[in-house]
Amino acid sequence: MSRIQTTFATLKQEGKTALVPYITAGDPHPNHTVNLMHTLVKFGADMIELGVPFSDPMADGPVIQRASERALKHKVGLTAVLQMVKDFRAVDQKTPIILMGYANPIEAIGAKAFADRAKAADVDGVITVDYPPEECADYVQELRSRDIDPIFLLSPTTEPSRVDLIVKQASGFVYYVSLKGVTGAANLDINEVSGRVADIRKKTNLPVGVGFGIRDAVTAKATAAIADAVVVGSRIVTTIESSTDENLLSNVAALMTELKTAVDAAKQ
Amino acid sequence: MQLYDMPDVRGHFGQFGGTFVAETLVEALDELRLMYEKYRHDPVFLAEYAYDLKHFVGRPSPIYHAKRLSDKVGGAQIYLKREDLNHTGAHKINNTIGQALLAKRMGKPRVIAETGAGQHGVATATIAARMGLECVVYMGSEDIKRQAPNVFRMKLLGATVVPVESGSKTLKDALNEAMRDWVTNVHNTFYIIGTVAGPHPYPMMVRDFQAIIGIEAKQQMQEMVGRQPDAVIACVGGGSNAMGIFYPYIDVPNVRLIGVEAAGHGLETGMHAAPLTTNSPVGVLHGNRTYLMQDNDGNIIETHSVSAGLDYPGVGPEHAWLKDIKRAEYVAITDDDAMAAFHNLCRTEGIIPALESSHALAYAEKMAKTMRKDEIILVNLSGRGDKDINTVAKLANITL
Repeated sequence: MSRIQTTFATLKQEGKTALVPYITAGDPHPNHTVNLMHTLVKFGADMIELGVPFSDPMADGPVIQRASERALKHKVGLTAVLQMVKDFRAVDQKTPIILMGYANPIEAIGAKAFADRAKAADVDGVITVDYPPEECADYVQELRSRDIDPIFLLSPTTEPSRVDLIVKQASGFVYYVSLKGVTGAANLDINEVSGRVADIRKKTNLPVGVGFGIRDAVTAKATAAIADAVVVGSRIVTTIESSTDENLLSNVAALMTELKTAVDAAKQ
Repeated sequence: MQLYDMPDVRGHFGQFGGTFVAETLVEALDELRLMYEKYRHDPVFLAEYAYDLKHFVGRPSPIYHAKRLSDKVGGAQIYLKREDLNHTGAHKINNTIGQALLAKRMGKPRVIAETGAGQHGVATATIAARMGLECVVYMGSEDIKRQAPNVFRMKLLGATVVPVESGSKTLKDALNEAMRDWVTNVHNTFYIIGTVAGPHPYPMMVRDFQAIIGIEAKQQMQEMVGRQPDAVIACVGGGSNAMGIFYPYIDVPNVRLIGVEAAGHGLETGMHAAPLTTNSPVGVLHGNRTYLMQDNDGNIIETHSVSAGLDYPGVGPEHAWLKDIKRAEYVAITDDDAMAAFHNLCRTEGIIPALESSHALAYAEKMAKTMRKDEIILVNLSGRGDKDINTVAKLANITL
């Protein structure tokens, strides 16, 4: 079993929902990233979504765009991100790491070479925002043959027939984008999300993660009640953005504690 | 019979093109693809398009023999396809009319656009006013500074111009921001892309709406000189005016097709916008796979050109394909050579060309010198230079 599958299986036995924080690698400075990752785990992260900075993050709102720009100022690209995962793994061999990013950094080194290097760094899953399943069959094959989970997004506009197509390609879990728009956009409608998640479950046994628009304990708890994983991105990046070098880790720890309490309370 | 039949059903030109977008946009693009399939050969739709081209734009645009310029250069005869005479001053309006007619049929009351030089923004604002659609144009804050007259025109036409402050603050960032708007407002919004880039079906659809340039040119050259030109030359940023004039010529033998990219300060300086000429790596940006100016990590690098309309790190996927199959050639012209050609056309022919089109003119001059007097070059004069007067004044030290 992959780390992602093991994590979901364990949480299911415990009757819990996974909390999956997102940070952009290299934000606010590459020296902080591995420490931040350990802090996220210490204060409740069941998995980590690690953003690969990109010059043209088309699916991201202003908060994560700025995080990408801060990281790129320090020349943090895909190669540097993979090194950060290696460094993290020297201490933590248990927590799944999911890379999230765009197609072009992967195109730049090639699908096969990327899969080799991701495996060598012990990456567990990859979300590639602008690779819809129709355009990346070879890439998915390269990942799956190395037991790296290709994780695909489903959106409120995804037609039921496409859900079938996507869940066939996906492994690890599927990620339901809870609203139309970019990351960090408006509040989510929990009733609508609940209906869509139920529809997705009719088509797949894969765990269903939900993200986009989860910004506090209330929305985290409501989402945790219906999903297998709750992904929180822009809220964490906002906290990182407004912190100093001195209080960065403690601010993130405080936010994670609040989110973890909310997520754990959902199914009790 | 049309021998060349590209792209495939999913928008691929060989390895180029395709639909590389976030999941939220897939349904919108499917809907657009189906609607365009439905209407692209529909007689009523095409009649409406043709009516607006004739009565609103003023088509057909003439072909003009630039005799004094040809004599001065000494060599081949240079002919100009006068897209600069179109309403709004460039070829961009051909495409915005087509897409706005589709937006109407799809019941979308709001249109958005990205713009670099502002010509596509003006053309979109114009047709939105003409059809009663709400219009929002995204424009890099750097471009807003260098293309102030077009910003004012868009505002006069009732459009909202949104300055884009992210990234390099130019055309590519405006496209990113327009995509973000579209993802958010996909239920009521039609995204009018201005060039032959973006995800399928845009590269094909924009090419088809611009192909009127080449269709007219073929007929006009036959009437005027009894034959087709030896070479057709057009500037290439994203590449819509070039695709428009090239496309009907692809199957015509013995007509060289030459796309002119921006060499900026010189290809050797790295400060240019010439991904094809410099054999940049293939990658994925703005929904399609194409040649892209990028660093080793796959991040897009900043481009430079004196003309905002050519200042783009990628190129339409069909140009990438035409380069690979060797049906078209791609070259680059520096800022300085383009400026010289700009002044030359002003003084010898009484025509003020856009800085973008001046790149095509500069290469035509270079090439004409090497050709016989009975050979013919057709240049797509894609736009007029009124928008560029501030840039030219600054570079030429002219006090207005």
